[in-house]
Amino acid sequence: MKIVVCLGNVPDTTTKVKFSDGAAFDKTGVQWIINPWDELALTRAMELKEDAGNLVSSVSVVTVGGKDVEPTMRKALAIGADDAMRVDAEATDAYAVAAQLAEAIKDKGFDIILSGIESSDYNGSMVGGMLAEMLDIPSVSAVSGLNLSGSDVDITRDIDGGKEQVSVSTPFVAIVQKGIAKEARIAAMRGIMMARKKPLAVVPAAEVESLTEFVEFELPAPKPPCKMVDADNVAELVDLLQNEAKVL
Amino acid sequence: MSVLVYTENWDGVFKKLSFELVSYATKVAEMIGTSVTAVSIGDVADDELNRLGTFGALKVIKVEGNTNLDNQVYTSILAEVAKAEDAKVVVISHNNTGKAIAPRLSVKLNAAVGAGLIKLPVSTNPFTVSKKVFSGKAKANVVLKTDVKILTLSQNSFEVIEKGGAATIETFAADVSDAKTVVKDVQKQTGKILLNDAEMVVSGGRGLKSADNWGVIEDLAEVLGAGTACSRPVSDEGWRPHEEHTGQTGKIIAPNLYIAAGISGAIQHMAGISSSKCIVAINNDADAPVFESSDYGIVGDAMKVLPALAEAIKEAKNK
Repeated sequence: MKIVVCLGNVPDTTTKVKFSDGAAFDKTGVQWIINPWDELALTRAMELKEDAGNLVSSVSVVTVGGKDVEPTMRKALAIGADDAMRVDAEATDAYAVAAQLAEAIKDKGFDIILSGIESSDYNGSMVGGMLAEMLDIPSVSAVSGLNLSGSDVDITRDIDGGKEQVSVSTPFVAIVQKGIAKEARIAAMRGIMMARKKPLAVVPAAEVESLTEFVEFELPAPKPPCKMVDADNVAELVDLLQNEAKVL
Repeated sequence: MSVLVYTENWDGVFKKLSFELVSYATKVAEMIGTSVTAVSIGDVADDELNRLGTFGALKVIKVEGNTNLDNQVYTSILAEVAKAEDAKVVVISHNNTGKAIAPRLSVKLNAAVGAGLIKLPVSTNPFTVSKKVFSGKAKANVVLKTDVKILTLSQNSFEVIEKGGAATIETFAADVSDAKTVVKDVQKQTGKILLNDAEMVVSGGRGLKSADNWGVIEDLAEVLGAGTACSRPVSDEGWRPHEEHTGQTGKIIAPNLYIAAGISGAIQHMAGISSSKCIVAINNDADAPVFESSDYGIVGDAMKVLPALAEAIKEAKNK
């Protein structure tokens, strides 16, 4: 089976975000990383390739973005992906990204397409599902477990109020979340060296439309200082929660 | 023309979020001058369907059967109903189910999605929504450029408004192909408050030192009728299941009260809970960053403060 992991390139999660003129994200001094959920997806893909009795023949990664996303893609290659594909287009919105991804991967014979459930920048949770609909293949969302046995795919997904074991035939999109892999892998030195020689193909952008437009950004107002209560006087806290915050 | 709202039930009983969604859809319908049609998939009795009317739905469309969530089947049903009802706006929850359906529906209807909203649209011309971005570190205004729009609403972010109306109920026979995902087994979470549904949450971090110490979290949660949560290191260590991890890469929640015990307050953790209406921090380090983003704080040992707090709340309740 061939797996492809869709990777988002996002600011490091510790970034203090800033905007220039309130209209665009200020990229100055920002460290870029693989979107955390996509990184977990990649980790699981590598585990499957290594452990499932040679059921997985290759793990590819694909990203939509300019040349500046390539360091993030090299990280994925260093973690173990076999090859990478960059769609040379600006990631304007979820719909446009999904459409670019769909064009780039549709005829490549991938059996399993993995996508993180959310990106840590625009938090839409839309790309994986849109991609599946554009490719007209099944999608399973909120996946926290993915196992292969022969040609069967066993999936655990979280529903709103429990868990389900689901099976689905390939090709499909799994939209993965926390739990899919224990911890994201860190690239070793050997992987970093090897990554330099692995193929990173650049695919020209397809003509796609965006359905949304970000017009304005705003930082939240600073929080008023925390009201401190003495540890020996928790009754005062209860009083504040009841009568001031009115949440009890 | 209509505003369509997809309501979710659990074994035939509507979830609270469904009433939030209908209340929200009713306000959106007022903004664009139309009425609300609610869709219910699965087996729900008419008495229960009627409850949607009291929150503002004029019409309820029931689609019986199809109780197992198959993203393609559900999307096809909603797309058919949306077309039949000439829906201009479709309102869906931003929960696991909504995140599964909304993106597929977006492609089917060529509808822009305003995802993870916490309040009403900012304007209807151009149709602009406000949403959190960078995991709660900022907000953005987003213009939805298509004729039909999909809005996904975060749980516990919109007040339920009971208006006392009545709805007509119609049956819709959806013509859908077979499900491609097969559900083999279900484990329903029982006897525990779901984190996303919880109005109060008690959460523990590495400061509690061991999985064996979680009794103090659970005891306080029981007194409050609260859900329990944890920070990322705690779920990574396997002290608690990953479903309880709140934060940027875990669950994003917005309860009325969030009590963080033994949590230092890393920016990633706070991103997941910053929408809580009231945050209480308990930490033995007075310089822990958690206090910067909390409303109330206690410097002290969580193992002692939590039981004392549980007692004090019991006493206050008995008054």
